[in-house]
Amino acid sequence: MALNEEVIFAGFGGQGVLSMGKMLSYAGMMKGKNVSWLPSYGPEMRGGTANCSVIVSDDLIGSPVVTEADTLVVMNRPSLDKFEKSVKPGGIIIVNSSLIDQKVKRDDVTVYYFPVNEIATECGSAKAANMVMLGAYVKLKGFISEADLLGAFLKVFGEGKKNLLPLNEKAVAAGAELVK
Amino acid sequence: MEKLLMKGNEAVGAAAIKAGCRHFFGYPITPQNEIPEYMAKELPPLGGTFVQAESEIAAINMVYGAAGAGARVMTSSSSPGIALKQEGISYIAASELPCVIVNMMRSSPGLGGIQPAQADYFMATRGGGNGDYYMPVYAPASIQETVELVMEAFEVADFYCTPVMILGDGMIGQMMESVEFPEPKKRNLPAKDWATVGTGGKRKPNIINSLRIEPDVLEPHIQKLLDKYEVIKKDETLYEKVNCEDADVIAVAYGTISRVVRNAIKKCEEEGIKLGLIRPITLWPFPFAAFEEISPNTKAFLSVEMSAGQMVDDVKIAANGRIPVEFYGRYGGNVPKPDEVVAKVKDILGGGK
Repeated sequence: MALNEEVIFAGFGGQGVLSMGKMLSYAGMMKGKNVSWLPSYGPEMRGGTANCSVIVSDDLIGSPVVTEADTLVVMNRPSLDKFEKSVKPGGIIIVNSSLIDQKVKRDDVTVYYFPVNEIATECGSAKAANMVMLGAYVKLKGFISEADLLGAFLKVFGEGKKNLLPLNEKAVAAGAELVK
Repeated sequence: MEKLLMKGNEAVGAAAIKAGCRHFFGYPITPQNEIPEYMAKELPPLGGTFVQAESEIAAINMVYGAAGAGARVMTSSSSPGIALKQEGISYIAASELPCVIVNMMRSSPGLGGIQPAQADYFMATRGGGNGDYYMPVYAPASIQETVELVMEAFEVADFYCTPVMILGDGMIGQMMESVEFPEPKKRNLPAKDWATVGTGGKRKPNIINSLRIEPDVLEPHIQKLLDKYEVIKKDETLYEKVNCEDADVIAVAYGTISRVVRNAIKKCEEEGIKLGLIRPITLWPFPFAAFEEISPNTKAFLSVEMSAGQMVDDVKIAANGRIPVEFYGRYGGNVPKPDEVVAKVKDILGGGK
């Protein structure tokens, strides 16, 4: 079946939410898919909530605004409150249970709870929580391999961040491990 | 050709430089700040000029000056900033100078908000400043198309000696998509023998001026502009038609909203409704020809906009009373959703609630 994955990544500024979307977009593009990445911008970004809509598709991409997501990835509680309703029936919500103690109220979606902050800390830095989450996401969805995802790392963050690649490899692998 | 993942604003800068633009004058405003940021970084190493002016008015007059000297020059801003530039744009049009002006629209009126909108359609297509003038206005719907139209805009500006506008919205500026940078298509351009670059003591000075006090001097000058606009209408109008044969309703939408309509087309298909799309790529000249042949099956045109209804006026002129013209819009920074468009289409067809 033709791939058309519409994702919302949401959290607070500083959690690397926009970077998660960029990593997925770049990896998708390198696999020959059509991709779009649309961020929230402006004052929203400064300490408040941050989110981005990403579409990875075999087809031409229509609206870059995701209103009925296949997958919602939420890194903090306000994001779950805001976007829970934006997932299509039968879709997936992945919750950062390190920071979100509430359960998803809907019963027409599949929900995963992953304590990515703790796992990232075990990997060496709590800052890699986004990469743990992304590892879990790609493993769950299966259309991008962990290796392809990591292939986008230097493209997104630049060669200057090469020293952080081993940590991020570990984080992505640990995230993928969560999905069995 | 290498594919890059790029923000629309950065792609505007990169395409302009690839098209030979070496001079940029601007003043910051969200959501287009990555354009001056990109130009500030990239132009000086190429021997170009980047100036963050003290205001939008100063910036457009620097553009006026650089254009008068024959340079490929660009400025960019967003809605309230573009409003401030209108005096300069009118002078540039009157003086028949080439330049490119980018407007990444935000919600207005006034300072409004910073979220995307398409509420500057009137300002862009009616000649936003004083006087009888127009300028070509391109409305890209993707980052790839943005790149191609920015390159084309410089050629068109030089070919006709006119300001040209790229009209995007906050989403076109902020979103990332994959892009490739083709070699710019070159036109056979006239020499800029009018440029004020010094006489070398060998000829009379070139004078660039928009003041013509004598009516019998000004009227023929305006006529010259009008004649030029007729050629532009004939040769430069661009549009795309999707799914229009036997369509029940034909939506008319430009820029990112045309993509919302594409989603609505798919949703309508699932319900047995045929929704077509006319996508103007040039907003001025408006593609009236696209509306000429309509199937007897088509019940109405539906203008879908991120404004309270501006392009709908041109759609009414195009429809010329043959079939009804309906409108659906969201504004203030909100974006129409595909489902809302579908509901409006059903409403038009009498099956909705």
